[in-house]
Amino acid sequence: MMETVAEPGGQCRLRPFSCEQGLLSRPDGSAAFLQGDTSVLAGLYGPAEAKLSKELPDRAALEVLLRPKVGLPGVLERSREQQLRQTCEAVVLGVLHPRTAITLVLQVLSDAGSLLSCCLNAACMGLLDAGLPLSSLFCGVTCALSPDGTIALDPTARQEQEARAVLTFAIDSRERKVLMATTKGSCSVEEMQQCLVTAQRAADTIFQFYRDSLRRRYSKS
Amino acid sequence: MAAPGLEPGRQSELLVSLNRLLERCLRDSKCIDTESLCVVAGEKVWQIRLDMHLLNHDGNITDAASIAGIVALCHFRRPDVSVQGEEVTVYTPEERDPVPLSIHHMPICVTFAFFHQGTYLLVDPSEREERVMDGLLVIAMNKHREICTIQSSGVVMLVQDQILRCSKITAVKVAEITELIQKALENDHKARKEGGKFGFAESIPNQRITAFKMESAAVDTNNVEEQAGEIIAKADPPSEVFANPILHTPGTAQIGEGIENSWGDLEESEKEEVAEEEGESEAAAFECQKTETEDTNMMKETKEDEPILLSDSEEEEVVILEPQEVPRKTRTQTSTKPENTSKKAFNKRRRKKRTSR
Repeated sequence: MMETVAEPGGQCRLRPFSCEQGLLSRPDGSAAFLQGDTSVLAGLYGPAEAKLSKELPDRAALEVLLRPKVGLPGVLERSREQQLRQTCEAVVLGVLHPRTAITLVLQVLSDAGSLLSCCLNAACMGLLDAGLPLSSLFCGVTCALSPDGTIALDPTARQEQEARAVLTFAIDSRERKVLMATTKGSCSVEEMQQCLVTAQRAADTIFQFYRDSLRRRYSKS
Repeated sequence: MAAPGLEPGRQSELLVSLNRLLERCLRDSKCIDTESLCVVAGEKVWQIRLDMHLLNHDGNITDAASIAGIVALCHFRRPDVSVQGEEVTVYTPEERDPVPLSIHHMPICVTFAFFHQGTYLLVDPSEREERVMDGLLVIAMNKHREICTIQSSGVVMLVQDQILRCSKITAVKVAEITELIQKALENDHKARKEGGKFGFAESIPNQRITAFKMESAAVDTNNVEEQAGEIIAKADPPSEVFANPILHTPGTAQIGEGIENSWGDLEESEKEEVAEEEGESEAAAFECQKTETEDTNMMKETKEDEPILLSDSEEEEVVILEPQEVPRKTRTQTSTKPENTSKKAFNKRRRKKRTSR
């Protein structure tokens, strides 16, 4: 049986998070999200006029662009963009803004592990800053399965490299359901289920972070 | 991201001209000693690549980009290299401290916007001001008061004393900015040496209400295995997997038989040239669990199974052509049509004539 040990050293701990909203003046919504040394900047434009070729008659057309830190976007960025787009489409109430375009641009500022979950978190904070109607919030959590079966949450780059499998989940805020799941490497069904449960518990902490940061911003006292 | 009009696909004129200006300012001004980047003369050399990401365009991106560029070059450290005769050893950052680039001087751009045919001059225009300006003058200077690049654009014609005045303003500004840069680089160097925190994380301000920080948080992982076990026990068993692959030729496998074509019987017409590739429907199990692990497992299974004979009904005409070399036709007048068919011979399949089942 595998054991998930909550060591104080850092197995099932989330790294220090920080978030700043509204730091860019041009985009309608922007957020910088930091998880440890990984940082992603999200800029959102929308709902804006869509090109005729891209507009949808009954809802908003969502487009996600992920820009890596070095070099041009490649296949990996394209696949991440699709994963992010599907997650965002599941929560954004696009039917309230038909025939418009919502563009989300994510810029990777530094990558020290758990990049996709940092992108998901930045995207959610960006959507909140832009004031788009959402049916629920979402957060991203990455788990790394080491060769001996221990689960590490929010892994660093080194932990990801040494891991047997790296799983990223996008979890929604209403019922902690899974919006998106992606894995790299091999793991058994039981291990995946355990990672999922761990991720759902971590999601509680992340949603509390969202609440606290928004409370700080919008409270009158 | 920088502005709503800047699309990711094609580079707008603005960015192309900015790129060109920065190349002149940073590369052609020889601010970096490129000879020191040589490792083995005539064979090996370091290549430096500078990626700039424009985050927000609120006017005067030229200045911001030039400052960012030169600071990045000053801050950069390259791996240390030692050459002994023919042998070149590149040390990792852990083995030996990386070495900074050799920078001669720091060129910094300053932009001026002109209005009313040169009557009014604005330094460091904002985005609104840029939209209504008549002309633009960019001067790149270093702290030794040497002009590295000068560029004038727009519909304004400038007089000599205007340009001299601008260059004096530039000298003052560049001196201030260079001092700022030196201080920032020193602070970073000190922080790294003393083991303090550095980088983007530290630039997030604490005092703003739009910023929020959280320390490292532990996550309760008691009873994770039990909870996971319960979920698996309560879940429906995975649906049956239909993995009966049919092996036609080495390298070609077929799963599923495709849907029946509802276009009607076209056997008698000369429409055999039209390659109708019927859709191969994937097994339902593929949609159940979308993890990559599952996919790799399936692929292994398809290769291990025995090849299964298709039914030997006489009415079915399935002709799978072996991939073969297309003979080169050296006719002077090559029409496209025969070439098309020869290409399609590679994976063409004649339609099966199905009896009603």
